Amino acid sequence: MPKVIYGGQALEREEDQSVLDCLLAAGVDAPYSCRSGTCQTCMMRAVSGEVPERAQAGLKDVYAAQNYFLPCVCYPEGDLEITDPGDVGKLPAEVTSVESLGGGDILGIRLKPLTPLDYRAGQFIRFFKDEHLARNYSLASVPALDDELSLHVRKVPGGLMTGWLFDHLKTGDTVTITEAAGDCLYVSGKPEQNLLLIGTGTGLAPLYGIIRDALYNSHRGEIRLYHGSVTPEGLYLDAALRELAQQHPNFHYIPCVSGDNVPANARSGMVLDGVFADLPKLNGWRVFLCGHPEMVKSGTRKAFFAGASMNEIHADAFT
Amino acid sequence: MSLYDQLGGEAAVNAAVDIFYRKVLQDDRISRFFDGVDMAKQAAKQKAFLTMAFGGPNNYTGEDMRRGHAHLVAQGLNDSHFDAVVENLAATLKELGVSDELIGQVAAVAETTRNDVLGK
Ligand SMILES: Cc1cc2nc3c(=O)[nH]c(=O)nc-3n(C[C@H](O)[C@H](O)[C@H](O)COP(=O)(O)OP(=O)(O)OC[C@H]3O[C@@H](n4cnc5c(N)ncnc54)[C@H](O)[C@@H]3O)c2cc1C
Ligand code: HEM
Ligand code: FES
Repeated sequence: MPKVIYGGQALEREEDQSVLDCLLAAGVDAPYSCRSGTCQTCMMRAVSGEVPERAQAGLKDVYAAQNYFLPCVCYPEGDLEITDPGDVGKLPAEVTSVESLGGGDILGIRLKPLTPLDYRAGQFIRFFKDEHLARNYSLASVPALDDELSLHVRKVPGGLMTGWLFDHLKTGDTVTITEAAGDCLYVSGKPEQNLLLIGTGTGLAPLYGIIRDALYNSHRGEIRLYHGSVTPEGLYLDAALRELAQQHPNFHYIPCVSGDNVPANARSGMVLDGVFADLPKLNGWRVFLCGHPEMVKSGTRKAFFAGASMNEIHADAFT
Repeated sequence: MSLYDQLGGEAAVNAAVDIFYRKVLQDDRISRFFDGVDMAKQAAKQKAFLTMAFGGPNNYTGEDMRRGHAHLVAQGLNDSHFDAVVENLAATLKELGVSDELIGQVAAVAETTRNDVLGK
């Protein structure tokens, strides 16, 4: 009998039993609703074994690429080891550099994982100060291009984690992080598709990873990055992004400053105003939004109303 | 051929979901019921709704529909909102070039769920 391995337990599964029914029969409190592969309430992730194609039908391609699947319509041929979608392990990492970015209130942190870490550009890790305090930070690095993990952290006034990171974190420290999670990432396979990336503040971190990942994968469609900041110092990757735009004619960098002091080579105003003035129609575009929660929420709606398909909008709100 | 197959099956659901969901979110009569939920997760649930309304394969029971909408009934969900959803559904199908005859059949399927959805 084929087995389902969940939470370290091997569960026997009848041939005609779905993985969901197998879990439920074993007393696992697995979430579900439609039991027919549409609502995606039951989604889990396969760790090892073959997931039949049917169990991934209709999933966002970013989920399918990470072996997520729908247990209610999953009838695997062989054994399948699965976990809950949010289940990630912890690992130690060494801090290899800490530097100020853009001369303002943003910190660039580089980390070397001390045990192997699989991740995709654009995902985030959870970073622990101690047992009680942890926060999410997005990865600006690209596995194929960078040896180390790279984070961009913006100082939050009175912030527990950021206060500690800015005042105490130093090169050589060993810290605890989690494995990477999140679905705001580049999936290859549609090299001609246009990509729109919108970020405010350190929402640029995951977008920077996604852009470099797309270019590394020879993405040929247009790639437009809108980075919004209140101050000019907040355009903390300005030089690197201008250079990247010089090297890749299909990559466009549009910095937007919403405060008073707008540099000559940046747009004046809110980032979303800039985006939708340029691109009133987004049919066929893939859209990424990261950073300020209000911007992400309103940008997601606007992108959807402008014609982007819900399945092709990826967002991380920095809550 | 079943209604679902006549409409074009899963491909029809995929073609309809964005159009339908845009209409619902922009309809002031009902958009508040969809506020504050994760839009991406909602999109999958909209597909579940459409599959059901198209007479496609699903395992929802009347009881599921009652439970799934009970929190909305508590927020005042009533017949006028139900009618608005059916109207958006019909407009979506019209836009996709579906015949009035089939649209009528879809509306009739939706109608069978009214009492359960509204907790009557
Ligand atoms: C998926 C995800 C990815 C993230 N990636 C990044 C990243 O790459 N870089 C990054 O800098 N941050 C990122 N964040 C935000 C980060 O996890 C923390 O929330 C942030 O650093 C504040 O932590 P803190 O402990 O210093 O502040 P807290 O002690 O939690 O908050 C202090 C006060 O500031 C308010 N506050 C919290 N966050 C913000 C904010 N962003 N802006 C304004 N006020 C705030 C709180 O409401 C509170 O009043 C991400 C969040 C998520 C959910
Ligand atoms: C026309 C008949 C209707 C049918 C057949 C129907 C069907 C469904 C289905 C299948 C789901 C997914 C449940 C799940 O898997 O979690 C759902 C969810 C939902 N429905 Fe309906 N529905 C109907 C009417 C309405 C109306 C009139 C409204 C409000 C105006 C509404 C609002 C919602 C909302 C907000 C959800 C998501 C709830 C959540 O996220 O928890 N539905 N519906
Ligand atoms: S329970 Fe709805 S997709 Fe599995």
